Amino acid sequence: MRLAANSLSGPVEDVAGQAGHREHPPRMGFFTDTSVCIGCKACEVACKEWNEVPEDGLNLLGMSMDNTGSLGASSWRHVAFIEQPRRLARHDAGIAGLPVGPSGTEATAGIVESALRRAPRGGGELGTSPYEPGHVPAVPLADGPERTDFRWLMMSDVCKHCTHAACLDVCPTGALVRTEFGTVVVQQDICNGCGYCVSACPFGVIDRRPGDGRAHKCTLCYDRLRGGLEPACAKACPTSSIQYGELDALHERARGRLEALRASGVAEARLYGEDATDGVGGCGAFFLLLDEPAVYGLPSTPVVASRDLPAMWKAAGVAALGLLAAALSAFMEPRER
Amino acid sequence: MSTTNGRDARAERGPAGASARERRGAPQDGSAEMAMVARARPASYYGRAVLKPPVWGEDIAYYFFLGGLSAGASLLAVGADQTGRSALRRGGRLGALGSLGLGMFFLVKDLGRPERFHHMLRVAKLTSPMSVGTWILSAYGAACGMAAAAEVWPKRLAPRPAGRLLAATGRPAGLAAGLLAPVVAAYTAVLLADTAVPAWNAARRELPFVFTASAAASAGGLGMIVAPPSEAAPARRLAQYGAIVELAASRRLEARREVALEPYLFGNAGRLLNRASALTAAGVLGSMLAGRRSRVAAVASGAALLAGGMYERLGILRAGVASTTDPRYVNGG
Repeated sequence: MRLAANSLSGPVEDVAGQAGHREHPPRMGFFTDTSVCIGCKACEVACKEWNEVPEDGLNLLGMSMDNTGSLGASSWRHVAFIEQPRRLARHDAGIAGLPVGPSGTEATAGIVESALRRAPRGGGELGTSPYEPGHVPAVPLADGPERTDFRWLMMSDVCKHCTHAACLDVCPTGALVRTEFGTVVVQQDICNGCGYCVSACPFGVIDRRPGDGRAHKCTLCYDRLRGGLEPACAKACPTSSIQYGELDALHERARGRLEALRASGVAEARLYGEDATDGVGGCGAFFLLLDEPAVYGLPSTPVVASRDLPAMWKAAGVAALGLLAAALSAFMEPRER
Repeated sequence: MSTTNGRDARAERGPAGASARERRGAPQDGSAEMAMVARARPASYYGRAVLKPPVWGEDIAYYFFLGGLSAGASLLAVGADQTGRSALRRGGRLGALGSLGLGMFFLVKDLGRPERFHHMLRVAKLTSPMSVGTWILSAYGAACGMAAAAEVWPKRLAPRPAGRLLAATGRPAGLAAGLLAPVVAAYTAVLLADTAVPAWNAARRELPFVFTASAAASAGGLGMIVAPPSEAAPARRLAQYGAIVELAASRRLEARREVALEPYLFGNAGRLLNRASALTAAGVLGSMLAGRRSRVAAVASGAALLAGGMYERLGILRAGVASTTDPRYVNGG
């Protein structure tokens, strides 16, 4: 077996072809433009409905309007809400100078954060299984500096369908496959729930569903794609924040949108996941963000661990030879005895 | 990354308050110097984890320990077979099969769908250390099984065809198991390193040495228990080599002072790993001082080495989990 060029990392021209699909459609993907997301969560609902994704808990997290919390085995779209005390370009929130008091977001978020860390999975429950935060003390709306400008960042997160998908690389059963569309899908009749993909994913997307025992994540609506339809989330999105299409065309559209935003004063706008030279070889689902990736809970420099696999095996080989040598030497009798 | 684009400090610190980080971030054992001191809070989504915590429970640490033990025991058995140490050979072969079997039980039990364990055998994937490991384990398990069968085949049934076959294949099977054993001990380190888990991935150069050395120390401990002191000199030496390399590799992890390696030093994982080092050191010292003369001391030293190996794997597992629950290890800060 011969390894193709850039089979473990780096840019790949034809992902589906590299995976063995001879004749295949162009690579399809998502461009999620967070600058027009209104946080309606229609994507979350449409995804659950179409894919029959079970309930992941109906609890209120007690902070922001995000009660999903995270992507998980039972949340394949997740809308993040971030309130920031700053202005979006020339937008006037209309409350500067008014006696509305400071935002309570930071205080409540701090309480929920520390409660989450005490949860059995350290907060990994979110998006996958019910999480009951318990009693969250009320935060008095204390006097403080007047509220100045503010902005809401909203972002519908999803599986990135990486060019070099760590989940797919490490899957020992072949349950995770690259489809003809270049997307990454778990075959539920194959997965035996080994959990390797969960720890391999540099984006914290895929997870194992308790009770079910198998790994689940966004399929980019593989069944709908096969039928010539767009994914349920993109179909439901009322502002075209979620755009589905050929990845090349989406890249072009995203670059145009980025330029337009910057021209209108949104200097902090940036693309995330579109760069084929990044640590995962670029993503099939990429984003336009209005702040650093970390603010949205995204890794700032995601890397597919398999990139270093040859070096890891080399180290293991040296260690294995060392063990063999140690065992041999242990049976060498000291001469003087 | 901060202040350069003229944003105010509060926005830089992300949406959530700094309080939780500062309360929680500092290690509880007083070694706060290494951790962050009242640093500006790095950007994160409400302090949430970026990664998913591993779904692997303690079962997987038991498997890592038992697999390594089995590998080391197979090596001891080969040496014992070649040098005429029958008790060490017998204990090594049976110990190797027993610990492998028990390890496989934990491995399958930790699956989300244990009844589908054989799905591992439907593909062979070079990009998956777990797949590579499955095939190595299959070959190793067969060799291990034949060597152990030769050991327990009743004497009175020796003239039967099966008995003659086992008598002929016992030694080559043991040798095959011994040759595969180092890979069995080392591949699990690649399995952990080949993840996005910060503490495991950052230790990718050291982990294979920790794992093979720990396998040597554990197997040395087993050898001291199953063989009389007169036969156990190689086991004592193997334990010494293993303990030295294991302790050196752990030191190196500490010396690197990398943020992603902090979980090995602090908290629950740090305590387990300290216990592992103490038990391993005690086991080796005991074997050196009294292991040659007293069977009781040899057994006690061997037990300490086994416990040390077990805590080593548990500590490594816990450190990995801890490194996924804090966004700092992924996005810095």
